[in-house]
Parts: sequence; C-alpha cells; structure tokens
Amino acid sequence: MSDQLYLSSSPHIHSGETTDKVMRAVIYSLLPACGVAIYFFGLPALMLLLVCTVGAVAFEALCAKLFHSKLAIADGSAALTGILLALNLPPSAPWWLALLGAAIAIIVGKQVYGGLGYNPFNPALVARVVLLISFPVQMTSWSAPAPLGSGVDALTTATPLGEWKTAVMLTGKLPEGMASGFGSYFVGNMAGCIGEVSAIALLLGALYLFWKRIITWQIPVSFIGTVVVVGGLFWLSDATRYPDPLFHLLTGGLILGAFFMATDMVTSPVTGRGMLVYGFGCGLVTVLIRLFGGYPEGVSFAILLMNAATPLIDRYTRPRVFGTVAEVER
Amino acid sequence: MARLKTFPGGLHPPDNKAWTAAKAIEICPLPEELIIPLSQHIGAPAEACVAVGDKVKKGQVVGRAKGFVSVPVHASTSGEVTAIEPRPHASGRNLPAVVIAPDGEDEWVDDLAAADPEALSVEEIKDRLRDAGIVGMGGATFPAHVKLSPPGEKPIDTLILNGVECEPYLTADHRLMLETPGKVRQGIEILRKVLAVDNIYLGIEANKPDAIAQMREECAGSDIKVEALEVKYPQGAEKQLILALTGREVPSGGLPMDVGVVVQNVGTAAAIADAVTLGQPLIERICTVTGSGVNEPKNLRVRVGTPLAHLVEQCGGLDGEPSKLIMGGPMMGMAQLTLDVPATRGTSGLLIFRRGDIKVREPGPCIRCGRCVSACPAGLLPTTIAAYARLSMFDETEEFKAMDCIECGCCSFSCPSLIPLVQTLRYAKGAILEKRRKMQ
Ligand code: SF4
Ligand code: SF4
Repeated sequence: MSDQLYLSSSPHIHSGETTDKVMRAVIYSLLPACGVAIYFFGLPALMLLLVCTVGAVAFEALCAKLFHSKLAIADGSAALTGILLALNLPPSAPWWLALLGAAIAIIVGKQVYGGLGYNPFNPALVARVVLLISFPVQMTSWSAPAPLGSGVDALTTATPLGEWKTAVMLTGKLPEGMASGFGSYFVGNMAGCIGEVSAIALLLGALYLFWKRIITWQIPVSFIGTVVVVGGLFWLSDATRYPDPLFHLLTGGLILGAFFMATDMVTSPVTGRGMLVYGFGCGLVTVLIRLFGGYPEGVSFAILLMNAATPLIDRYTRPRVFGTVAEVER
Repeated sequence: MARLKTFPGGLHPPDNKAWTAAKAIEICPLPEELIIPLSQHIGAPAEACVAVGDKVKKGQVVGRAKGFVSVPVHASTSGEVTAIEPRPHASGRNLPAVVIAPDGEDEWVDDLAAADPEALSVEEIKDRLRDAGIVGMGGATFPAHVKLSPPGEKPIDTLILNGVECEPYLTADHRLMLETPGKVRQGIEILRKVLAVDNIYLGIEANKPDAIAQMREECAGSDIKVEALEVKYPQGAEKQLILALTGREVPSGGLPMDVGVVVQNVGTAAAIADAVTLGQPLIERICTVTGSGVNEPKNLRVRVGTPLAHLVEQCGGLDGEPSKLIMGGPMMGMAQLTLDVPATRGTSGLLIFRRGDIKVREPGPCIRCGRCVSACPAGLLPTTIAAYARLSMFDETEEFKAMDCIECGCCSFSCPSLIPLVQTLRYAKGAILEKRRKMQ
C-alpha cells in the first residue's frame, strides 16, 4: 500500500482555485465586451480578436520551444493577453499591426523576463504603447461604430476624448453638445478602442470577477475614484475648459483599464493597502495626462508607470506582522 | 446580532464535519497489540521502566519522564510486555515503543488515588498532572504541568479553554463537549485553582451551536465566558484565539504567557479532571476517524497505542484504495506512510483520502495574486519569504519574519499556482534556527 500513498506536507487540501481557472474566469469576464465590440465594429473587431489571441498563443508556444521552457499555454495567460491587447486596439487597426502587437506583448512584455509571473509590466499594455509610439497613424485613426445590420459604413471620426482635446487645444473650450452622448457612451456607441467603448459590458464582466473573487475592490475603486474626484475638481474650477467627471468615467479606457488592466495580478501590488496606493497613482496620472498631456488618453501610460512603481509600493506597504508594532520602514 | 469575535486573515475551507458531527462517541475495542511510543509529547522522550515479559496493569507507568519538560507514559490496558523496540511512529521514523499484548482483563493498577481537588495544594495538583502524563491534546502535546508553571515574572490573569476545533473534518472536541460537559467543567475548575485566575473564556466556533448551548448550560451561574467565535480557519490557533477573545496580541516571538494567558484544549481539561479527581493517567482520547477513504466515519474513544489499522477496522474498513493517510486534520496533520502507526495522546483525528480525491499537480510560477498574503493570519508575505528561501537567502527570510509563521497552511491552501509555501517556510525556519544555533 505504502508505495501508493502520498507523503506530501500539510495542508492536505486545496481551495481548488488554480491559475488556469483564474485566467479562464478573466477571459469569460471579457466575453461581453468582446461581444459588444463585434456588434459595434463588426468583422474588423472579430479579426483583431482572433489575430491577437491566436497570435499570442502561437508566440507563447514558440518561446517555450526556443527557451526550452515548459509549455504553459494551458494556463490561459497568453490567450488572455491576446484578448486584452485586441480590446485595446482601434477598430481600423490592420491585421499585421495586431500580429505585431501580439508578438511584442508575449516576447518583449513577458517572455524576456522569464514568463508568467516575472514580467514587471502588463504585457498587453506594453504592446499597445509600443504600437502607439511606432505607428501613431494606425493607432489613432478611429472609426465610428457601425452596428451589425445597420448597413452603415464605418466612418472615420474622433474619440470623445480626442474630440475634446482637439477642441480645447484649438479654442480653449469644450466642444459643443458634448454632454449629449451619455446614453451612447454607456452602451458603447462611440469611437474608441474596440473593447473600451461599452461601460455596461465591461461592468458586467467586472461583476463576474468580483463574484468569483478574482479581483478585489481596492484597485478599481481607488483608480476610478481618483479620476472622478481629481477630474471633478478641475471641472468645478472651470467647467468651460474641463470635462465633467461622468465624461472622464465613460469615455476612453478608464473602465477597461481600472477593472481589467490595472488589476493584472502579476504587475500590481499584493497587499490591499498597496493596491489602494497603486490605484490612486493610476488615477492621478490618468487625469493629468488627459488634461495636460500630449495624448488625449492616459490610462495605458498611467498603468505602466504604476507597474514600475509596484515593487516600491510593495516594499512600503508590507502588512503588519502579528505581534509586532507597525514596522518603521528601513 | 453582535459580531462574532475573530482574528484578521484566515480562510474558510469546506469543513466536512457533517460526516461525524452527529455521531456519538463509540468505544473502540482493544486491539491485539498496543504500541505505546515512549515519545508522545514535545520534550524529552520517556525512558522504558518495564522489561519484556513483565505483566503490567492499566495505568501503570511503562516509561519514566526524563527532565522537567517530559511526562511518563502508561500502559493503556493490562497485559504482558511483548517487546520494547523501535516501531513506526507518527513522525515517520521508527521510535522506541513498549508493545503490550492485552490480557483482556483491562484491570487498573491498584494504587490509583482519587482525590478532592479542593483539598489538594497547587503543587500536588501539578504533580498529579505530570504523573498522569497530561499533555496538550489539541495536537501540540506540550506537557500541561510545564504550561501551568509560568516563571514568576509572567503573571497569568486569564485562562482560555480551546473548544474551537477549526480543523475541517474533526469532531472529537465537539462530541466531548456535548457528551461530557461536566468533565470539561471540572477540568476548568481545577485549572482555575492552579492558575489562580478568574478571567476564564471557553471559545467555540459558531458552527457548533449545540456544544455552545451545552457548555453554557454547564457553566451557568459561573463566571466562565462561553464565547461563540466566527467560523474561520485557524480560529483555534493559540495566538489567534487569544486575540479574538481578549484583544491581546502575543508579541512576535513570544508566548501566551507574555500577555498573561494560558490556553488549554477542552480535551486536555477533561483529562485533567480524570487525572486529579480519579488519579487516572492519560491512556485514552477521542479521535475522529473520517474521510472519503473510510467506510463509516466515526468518533472513537481510543486507547493510546492502538494501531491506526485497528481504528479503520472499527469504522467499516477502507473504502477503496487510500491515497493519503493523515494523522490530525487536513490543514496541519501529518501524512503517514502506514496504518501500523499507533494513535497517541495527540491524535485528534485519522483522515483518509481515497485514490482520486487527491490530485497531484506541478506547482507553477507565483502570479502575485496576493491570496497567500491576505490569508496569512500572521501578517506575513508568504510568497516573498518563499522566494527568498528558494534562493537560500535566509537572512532575508528572517527579516521578513519567517519565524512568526504558525504553519497553519492557509497560504498553500489558497495558492492558485499550487506552490508549497508552508513547506518552504518550514524549511526557512529550520535554516534560521540552525543559523542561530551556530551563532551561539
Ligand atoms: S505563512 Fe505561515 S502563518 Fe502565514 S498562512 Fe502560511 S503557514 Fe500560515
Ligand atoms: S498565493 Fe501563490 S500565486 Fe498568489 S501571491 Fe501567493 S505564492 Fe504567489
């Protein structure tokens, strides 16, 4: 009998919650957003999702082969990175850009550091930012949504944030009629990256993640809260120049970023207190870039910047060890 | 409803207590051979004081205590000593044991002295406890008389009875409180006298409302505070329990006595009652035999030295092929290699998992999910300490307070990457101790 008994050390039971299940749950949570993306932006969105996901998985496999590491596709993290990247691309992005993005995400964003768990930056965002800087034209040409079956051809247009920024830069004032679009903003009927437009689909997915206890409230709440409060303060100071908090909230990539990108476990702090600090930093940088930076949107940069600060935050937000007085940091 | 008392951190593993919670304690018949290890407690092992061929009676000392932190061991029935030799032990090694073939008479030694605890001095009571081999029965098996003799500079003002039983599957203490509340109460009164304290708590997890009601009734009219605690693992860990009940935090590296508290398990209290009032040594205990690999899970009253295989027989035998034998609970128990190992004073449970119930998977990389951090009741960063330990950076593990790990298992339980965190922490603790020894 004894040769068939396991002698492993305690504990002898496990929660059953494994990395692949976590990754799969995050993928499921993004399905509503993927659905809305395909609904509003049609086949190009579907193409982007497919190219990014298949590409990411393929590059992951390639790296495993090259680096002679264990093939870890089954953990789902590569597929997830692919989906997140696709959701962060404009609908008119060409296939080769998507494929290049997948390669950057997996190789530069993740594998060069040693694979899952070792990457300091969110791989999908690394890819997005590299593309944004290298291919500014393709990455910032937006098309208006053309809902499936509506027979409308996709028209080139600007994102609400971009529209606002251009108007402010040209006239120093908010564009006309800006407040009229909230219903559309909420369901996602506006220009933007294919996955960021629909607040409602994203929130649905986020609810699922909370229910599954995959993410905790700290990062999204402090991130979004900071954007709303700081954005709101500027708005109060000059409502003709600065957009109102709801505009900050519903346009651009805030919701996608706060619930799905900033919460990436590998690149965010491990303690609750650390998460609050990190979320606050993400929010602050986002608003500052939106209001004063050269780009209309700052979510990606903000998250990457705070990714870089994560080791530092972790260091200064160590939990208090049982039986010790609050640690004086060395 | 007032919020239940509790501690920070921890988690909620499925408790699986329903299999045995409603089952009355059954007396486990004597096996053909009792294997009485000379090492059944933390501290120096006892020294055999009988010879092969000797006739012994139930309760007779067969191994004498060596040193202060040690207790004698006793024959748990009458019979003949057939061997004194190394036998399989729960620690995984073969350790010296006195083997007894029962004669079926089950006859007590004749010099058992009943006494009225009121009439005994504190020292007399402690002597009785040591002579009776009373050790902590919650699993730590620390000699009770030592715990009850704190140095003079550590005044004790609070006694806590641990009836939490937060380990999943186990129901031994639960049944004990339900079936013999009077014994527990008697033990508490003796402890009150020894420690000269009046601030007394009995902590029970809220998932045992019947035991709470029973003990409240038993303690009605007294100043003993029977408290329902939040159902959360490890609510019964000494430091967590003290914090939950008294709000006092045992300092890092310290002991309960540093905050004026002594904790005893309810099973120990019952054994103390027998030892002091009847003069009976600790030769039996209640043990939950359970798990998917056992046909008929039960709570058994087991003689010390009974081979685990005999317990399984009493529970309808094995159900299917076992894949893991665990002495104790699933979170902190020790995996065993054979059912030839005997039950000892600290054996609160025997848990057997069937083949297929245990999945063995490779650990993956840490995905920094933070679950181990939020689950850790000691406030540690298990992932960070484990990472340093793997690199043999033990100074860093010490700086990150690895020594404060209570080995509760919450981190490993919750790690999605299946990293053996507790094992790594234990390794780090061992290395730190080794280093400290060398420095002396
Ligand atoms: S590090 Fe130690 S105390 Fe913390 S959860 Fe793990 S085993 Fe428990
Ligand atoms: S639970 Fe496991 S994967 Fe999560 S942070 Fe801790 S060690 Fe890493």
